[in-house]
Amino acid sequence: MNLYDWLQIAAFCTVLVALTPLLGAYLTRVFDGQRTWLSPVLRPIEIVLYRVAGVDQKQEQHWVSYTIALLLFHVAGFLFLYLLLRLQALLPLNPAGQGPVAADLTFNTTMSFLTNTNWQNYGGESTMSYLSQMLGLTVQNYLSAASGIAISLALVRGFARASSHTVGNFWVDITRATLYVLMPICVLLALFFVWQGMPQTLGPYVEATTLEGAKQTIAVGPVASQIAIKLLGTNGGGFFNANASHPLENPTALSNNMQMLAILMIGAALTNVFGRMVGNQRQGYAIFAAMGVLFLAGVVVCYWAESYGTQTLQSLGLSGGNMEGKELRFGIVGSALFAVVTTAASCGAVNAMHDSFTALGGMIPLINMQLGEIVIGGVGAGLYGMLLFVILTIFLAGLMVGRTPEYVGKKIEAREVKMAMLAILVLPLMILGWTAIAVVYPPAVASIANPGPHGFSEVLYAFTSQTANNGSAFAGLTGNTPFYNVAGGIAMFVGRFWMIVPAMAIAGSLAAKKSVPASSGTFPTTGALFVGLLVGVILIVGGLTFFPALAVGPIVEHLAMLAGDLF
Amino acid sequence: MLKQIRPAIVSFTILAAITGLGYPLAITGIAQLVMPEQANGSLIKQNGQVIGSELVGQAFTQDKYFHGRLSATTGPDPQDASKSVAAPYNAANSMGSNLGPTSAALKDRLTADVAAAKKENPSAEVPVDLVMTSSSGLDPHISPDNALFQVPRVAKARGIDEAKLRDLVQSQIEDRDLGIFGELRVNVLKLNLALDRMGS
Repeated sequence: MNLYDWLQIAAFCTVLVALTPLLGAYLTRVFDGQRTWLSPVLRPIEIVLYRVAGVDQKQEQHWVSYTIALLLFHVAGFLFLYLLLRLQALLPLNPAGQGPVAADLTFNTTMSFLTNTNWQNYGGESTMSYLSQMLGLTVQNYLSAASGIAISLALVRGFARASSHTVGNFWVDITRATLYVLMPICVLLALFFVWQGMPQTLGPYVEATTLEGAKQTIAVGPVASQIAIKLLGTNGGGFFNANASHPLENPTALSNNMQMLAILMIGAALTNVFGRMVGNQRQGYAIFAAMGVLFLAGVVVCYWAESYGTQTLQSLGLSGGNMEGKELRFGIVGSALFAVVTTAASCGAVNAMHDSFTALGGMIPLINMQLGEIVIGGVGAGLYGMLLFVILTIFLAGLMVGRTPEYVGKKIEAREVKMAMLAILVLPLMILGWTAIAVVYPPAVASIANPGPHGFSEVLYAFTSQTANNGSAFAGLTGNTPFYNVAGGIAMFVGRFWMIVPAMAIAGSLAAKKSVPASSGTFPTTGALFVGLLVGVILIVGGLTFFPALAVGPIVEHLAMLAGDLF
Repeated sequence: MLKQIRPAIVSFTILAAITGLGYPLAITGIAQLVMPEQANGSLIKQNGQVIGSELVGQAFTQDKYFHGRLSATTGPDPQDASKSVAAPYNAANSMGSNLGPTSAALKDRLTADVAAAKKENPSAEVPVDLVMTSSSGLDPHISPDNALFQVPRVAKARGIDEAKLRDLVQSQIEDRDLGIFGELRVNVLKLNLALDRMGS
């Protein structure tokens, strides 16, 4: 632990906070349909798209048709990606001669990219053709992120509107999110990354003869373009197997910081959009503050644990922290901060091997995901996940004083609370359910790499990451087996859509309600009391649900480490 | 619902073409035009032959070169392609060791490597990045302490004065980005290239 490390954390947080209202203002303009400085270029493309697709952009949708549109859009995406991966050997742009992807692996990968998870049971440079990376994975990186933004907007409109039957038009939202928000930022990011040293070529892998005369095949490709959206869209699926720790996928400490910023910037800005749309920016800042408290707590614990290292290191007289599975250019702080950022959002890119983190350092990413990735969160998904917890918090506060709770002028009633609970229950169901099956099913147990409690953490992490649509891994686990491919695919599907449908139902029900003016009996939701209560509810719900599982994994491993036990 | 099938197919197709072909190809074009050096992998050439990428570490095993960090990458077994064997710095299959904090295998490996390092240079503290594997298995950098730790071995193998070699290492230390981000580090390939130039 040193001064430079704390400076890096402070510098990163400052830039993120400064960017939030700026990007929030831009996003609000885009989704309110106002002119922006990109309109002269993008508006004509947008109009042509609506005309060919037969979309009336003025025609808004009821929440049910909005949801159906979203689901159909995903069906189209699923079929396209599945066929592309199966047929890649017959298609162009395949200089490394990759064969077709196996059926179970294709199912898992397709689900993974469709649901914004980007869990990777494949090694990028050893499995995917350039065409699959571009037209398959990059496309879903964009569209799954744009879907997330669309859903969060529908929910925000539910809060912001009164006595309305509609929550927006899905086709307009997804088009604007892609063209006006994701694409322009990605162009800038991609060029920045190339400048820092990321390759962007369609040429074949490079054959080098090393200084000692050995042969080295260096995998390259159209990396920067995919990495920009991988981060901005909180997707996380790497071009290379080692993801953002690969020096060609994250060449410098500067690119590392830009990557972390890209992961969080839209999620953070959406809290500001929420504030602006409901007519009070302080509502947005209160949510952002609750996220910030949880974020900083995670950073401090993870950074401390990794700096402290392990008993093994101390006994051998090695100082400098746990550098196993970390890259030197990022160091302890750049790796710990990235781990918290990527699991706070639903990104799942990794710049260090989480499997080799200390027990407590590796528990922070686990907890971040188990709370539902609402600490800033995935693009869109973070905000709608957080608003579900807000509904729960408001409900509990209402119970304490014995009156129907309100939030930003909307009465929160039985239907909203039921839907919120339905969505929140999907996490324990999928995470604990599948983990329980996997630790007693022999073929699944055979995939575990590290024996002892760490092995249990690997399985718990795998289902946590997939259900929460994160995609990072304790990568020692051999995931490319029929069991993990299929079980994981189901966990990702349920984890995504079982959240989305209740969230949309809430959006529809809120939009239809009248707005009630705040009175002296209204619980204020812009102050420290509300932020504290919200953080408390999140931790209690998450804690009660997952503490027993954590106790068997990372907590017992930490105690074993302190006692000097090895496995 | 049927009314929505057309927009689903058409929107998906157009957006896929823009984001999956238009966008990456445009970035490729601009990058190749403006920054061809980086866009092709920051390759280092010597006598017209590619000897590596300045960003990708490569395996050094000889005493006369500075060694990079330990690498856990694997490659296909030449005897049986369905199995994999250790192949350090395989830049077509990046990966880490994934050994956990209470792994006995990790402790055994570290114990052996620390003992070997102490034998090589008994006078200095063993730097942690000398014995722990990197995340990608392709880390191009080592810490300044790690480079200085290796000076006696390299000096002996080359018959150069240690002080001169330490000066060379000092001159190769790269600062933090913008003065605050990242760590002080030495690029192993560049250091070894400088070393070869010095020798001749």
